[in-house]
Amino acid sequence: MMRGCSSPSKLSQTPGRAVCMTNCPTLIVTVGLPARGKTYISKKLTRYLNWIGVPTREFNVGQYRREFVKIYKSFEFFRPDNEEGLKIRRQCASAALNDVRQYLTEDGGQVAVFDATNTTRERRHTIIQFAEQNGFKVFFVESVCEDPDVIQENIVQVKLGSPDYTNCNTEEAVEDFMKRIKCYENSYETLDEVLDRDLSYIKIMDVGQRYLVNRVLDHIQSRIVYYLMNIHITPRSIYLCRHGESELNVKGRIGGDSGLTARGKEFAKKLNQFIQAQNISDLKVWTSQMKRTIQTAEALNVPYEQWKVLNEIDAGVCEEMMYEEIQDHYPLEFALRDQDKYRYRYPKGESYEDLVQRLEPVIMELERQENVLVICHQAVMRCLLAYFLDKTAEELPYLKCPLHTVLKLTPVAYGCKVESICLNVDAVNTHREKPENVEVSRMSEEALLTVPAHQ
Amino acid sequence: MALTINTSTEQKKLTQAPLLKIWVPWMGCNLNRRRGSSVPQFCNSPTVIVMVGLPARGKTYISKKLTRYLNWIGVPTKMFNVGQYRREAVKTYKNFEFFKPDNEEAMKIRKACAAAALKDVAAYFTRDHGQVAVFDATNTTRERRAIINSFAKENGYKVFFVESICDDPDIIAENIKQVKFGSPDYVDRDIDEAMDDFIQRIECYKASYMTIDDEKDRKLSYIKIFDVGSRYLVNRVQDHIQSRIVYYLMNIHVTPRSIYLSRHGESELNLLGRIGGDTGLSPRGQKYASALGTFLKGQKIKDLKVWTSHMKRTIQTAEALGVQYEQWKALNEIDAGVCEELTYEEIQENFPEEFALRDQDKYRYRYPKGESYEDLVHRLEPVIMELERQENVLVICHQAVMRCLLAYFLNKPADELPYLRCPLHTVLKLTPIAYGCKVESFFLNIEAVNTHRERPVNVNISRNPEEALQTVPQHI
Repeated sequence: MMRGCSSPSKLSQTPGRAVCMTNCPTLIVTVGLPARGKTYISKKLTRYLNWIGVPTREFNVGQYRREFVKIYKSFEFFRPDNEEGLKIRRQCASAALNDVRQYLTEDGGQVAVFDATNTTRERRHTIIQFAEQNGFKVFFVESVCEDPDVIQENIVQVKLGSPDYTNCNTEEAVEDFMKRIKCYENSYETLDEVLDRDLSYIKIMDVGQRYLVNRVLDHIQSRIVYYLMNIHITPRSIYLCRHGESELNVKGRIGGDSGLTARGKEFAKKLNQFIQAQNISDLKVWTSQMKRTIQTAEALNVPYEQWKVLNEIDAGVCEEMMYEEIQDHYPLEFALRDQDKYRYRYPKGESYEDLVQRLEPVIMELERQENVLVICHQAVMRCLLAYFLDKTAEELPYLKCPLHTVLKLTPVAYGCKVESICLNVDAVNTHREKPENVEVSRMSEEALLTVPAHQ
Repeated sequence: MALTINTSTEQKKLTQAPLLKIWVPWMGCNLNRRRGSSVPQFCNSPTVIVMVGLPARGKTYISKKLTRYLNWIGVPTKMFNVGQYRREAVKTYKNFEFFKPDNEEAMKIRKACAAAALKDVAAYFTRDHGQVAVFDATNTTRERRAIINSFAKENGYKVFFVESICDDPDIIAENIKQVKFGSPDYVDRDIDEAMDDFIQRIECYKASYMTIDDEKDRKLSYIKIFDVGSRYLVNRVQDHIQSRIVYYLMNIHVTPRSIYLSRHGESELNLLGRIGGDTGLSPRGQKYASALGTFLKGQKIKDLKVWTSHMKRTIQTAEALGVQYEQWKALNEIDAGVCEELTYEEIQENFPEEFALRDQDKYRYRYPKGESYEDLVHRLEPVIMELERQENVLVICHQAVMRCLLAYFLNKPADELPYLRCPLHTVLKLTPIAYGCKVESFFLNIEAVNTHRERPVNVNISRNPEEALQTVPQHI
């Protein structure tokens, strides 16, 4: 995505219709029967867009409903002839749209994901009007699926654990939920190729076997479509780890392109044993193009692919320096970095923000793939981890990614299970916490307080 | 992947390949497939892309564009246009009667042409190490598509169909005007005759046209493009390359527009004959920036977007235009690593071997701790994708970057790319027409140093400094 001079959104108000001139906020509207993956898609898309730097938030109408109607009794709430229920549901949708407006016009949001069934043309029309009045672009994401196994699996994964069903046993919950789905079925009007030909939308059929894409209007919609077409739900695990301890690591120096120490080589061996024991089907192994990750991969005796974009963050003029030397030669830079580690760019080097941009194709390909082991570097691993665990830009540069530890990420329900496996080979600590004093005027000792021990 | 699997448990020594700067295990492993590009090549089986659609639906336009894009990103791709084979078999085209469904003689020829093309596809994959073949023909019957599918299956190729469906008579008429009138088939006809004949030709196909069926063909992998991109149906994308192809096809458009490419104004380091760095404009460079502003006003471009890199010299150039612009880090000049801010003379003195390796393979050569042109192309891919989406754009960039972008638009191969001429103070205006791109070059009459270094005659590591420096352009 582009950085730099992007102009703020300009709206000219004519009664009833705001004309958007530049950088319109976008309202993504999910459409589909319950248990079709709308919330799964909403959360994943929100996570992805935030990671690439597009401020995005999801608005789940079911959540608003749960706050309004403290206790969920049964599917009867959703019956189409339940006037009381309908009133409440309409109010919840309005409240959510109100919050959307606040987020997109006042709180600096760029994309809002309106997560609800939105199964009638009437409801969608209301949303379109709301968007027109406020100068938002609308993009619909419809999920259509009739495979009973997939639906069943969805219910088991995410509905049983829902606050709605905390006091039911599994059979009761499934039965009630099935009846809930039935309540929507009769009035469901899918996006129609003819009637809705002027709308912008993607229809996802059978969990990604087929897509219908209509009138993609701009860059962000194009990226959203590309992303949605690359994700899948086949169970798999992603393994993230750093290279084994390197010569420069032990010296407390950053960057460079050195080889592994004896302990680093030991880790590579242990990594090999670990991977074998995991018995992973069809594991792909990726490394950067730096010596230390490749040496690590070599010990696995399997084919691996090298990605230049997995190279460690470029520290520019600070390459191969110790923190003490950076403080000595560039005390101003050192302080600026502590002030905003995510956006700070090394002179003639990169920032974490740059790293995220360069890693986007890796994330896209990780989404397409199944079992993958990525052998990379500290800053790179922090960026990838932040994507999977939905960490903010503030947290990202301080995520703990110690040497000789493998993180196993397994998608589960709406998120990611993380297992941390330390392979029991000693290594230096390379994690420098944010010091208390980040002022440019600070003294050397204050700056170097959190530097980890090294030779 | 063609890496040898080793059973030894000891750590092999790694060496860095001198040209590509890629670390490889020393014990001669098979590097055929892993050429050390910056992005893994995610192609395993070769892929046949099969076009489907009535005449004048943009199949050849899409085929050529897609082929150009895939080659540019490093996927060896070739187009096989069956019409071409037919023109070779039947030297002179008489009229549409050739295409009548009851013309037995012609049918035989057309089938033979398709078969010959498929044979060449197979040869391209096996003998020429191609990765993707684009089979450009109408392929409007299920029978024909089944033949291609079997052919692919027998040979272990993947198949991806691209169908273009359009019933807008204006678009079709425009297509015919743009590309058919100039076709060898109509070289001796006048426009109205040609139009009539071609319309009849289309009719010949209509009766037997069977669009890809969403039910019967649900096991096939395909994309259906409706009305020049207003709608798409995508079915069963199998792998990375198909996903990239779909993404590309969904971003291109045919709205007329122009792309302006220019370098920053002459910079301080340019004057000194130094490469890279992040200096500001020289006085002449500033003059150019103003002249550029004047030039653009004269062009009267609607809704022009202006893009620069993050480097001072492009931004200073854009500032003089007095319009909004977007900065892309991806447009930064090639990173010359340890050679940043050196003159060629200094590079020869300090890194004579590197200097020679660069002349041996300028496209793949990576500066120590820097980049190669090949790396640049991958870095620029999102820029190209966004250029495809946009309409009128001015890109103010750098020499190596501009060469890469130009190579994409003008379909220049990797060995020509690093030697494309992109002089300072010259704007290139690219306007898509027919199947390619019209280029107009505007030198804005402000003198500047020449920064173009031709490939010297002697590229051996053993050469002497004079031979190496023979083609270095003048500087202070």
